[in-house]
Amino acid sequence: MSLESGAHTVIWYCFAFLTAGSAAYVVLTRNIVRAAFALVATFIGVATQYLFLQADFLAAAQVLIYAGGITVLLLFGVMLTHRVQGMEMRLEPVKAVPGVLVALGFLVAIGAAISRADWHLVTPVDSSGTTALVGEAIMTHHLLPFEEISVLLLVVLVGALFIARPGHSQSAGEDE
Amino acid sequence: MIGLTHYLVLAAILFVLGLFAVLTRRNAVTVLMGIELMLNAGNLNLVAFNHYAGSGVDGQIFALFVIVLAAAEAAVALAILLSIYRTFKHIAVDDIHLLRG
Repeated sequence: MSLESGAHTVIWYCFAFLTAGSAAYVVLTRNIVRAAFALVATFIGVATQYLFLQADFLAAAQVLIYAGGITVLLLFGVMLTHRVQGMEMRLEPVKAVPGVLVALGFLVAIGAAISRADWHLVTPVDSSGTTALVGEAIMTHHLLPFEEISVLLLVVLVGALFIARPGHSQSAGEDE
Repeated sequence: MIGLTHYLVLAAILFVLGLFAVLTRRNAVTVLMGIELMLNAGNLNLVAFNHYAGSGVDGQIFALFVIVLAAAEAAVALAILLSIYRTFKHIAVDDIHLLRG
């Protein structure tokens, strides 16, 4: 039993290191395309954390929506807003000192809050997956937000097309 | 044994890295990547608390809604970036100050 939990701990640390390391690469790299692909590794790492937390449906949704959808959107954003022919893919060096100070301050504050807090923990139940529970809860207690999300997605679809349509911002630019 | 604190510390690291990207990057797409990292950190907290300190699956459903909202936010933000790029020919967030008096 202790050997099993030891292996669990080691595997957890491996995936946590993958997640945090790829996130650090996203933040520190100079090449924006590499940052986008490292972001895929971070999203998949977070999905493995969901699996450790027995949220299997959420892990699948994370891989599909974040690693599949949002990363493709970000890559399209990179390709459409940078001149691919030149070396414009490179990011400029960051002026890091104030950012490092604020980020470290935040980390210390969160760490202090975590170490001092007195959580009312319950013993986690070992379930074989929560997909059925999630589906049941969405269709009963959370039906109204579920339907509102569909309206929101429609509005986002139309709104994003409207904002990005050609000629819209060019005429705004000519007005200056 | 892995406990709630492990997940909270990992989420804090992800959040701080995202915050650092938002604060220091000049490229708007990289700022968006930082925001996505911060949203992921928040989601990880929700799911961890749901597992260790809650009952039912309410935290997971909340995280699911956050994922959908993050996708919507990314779509609208990239549309805005395209519009900005057509107007300014760049997306460096420091140099977009058309509304400055």
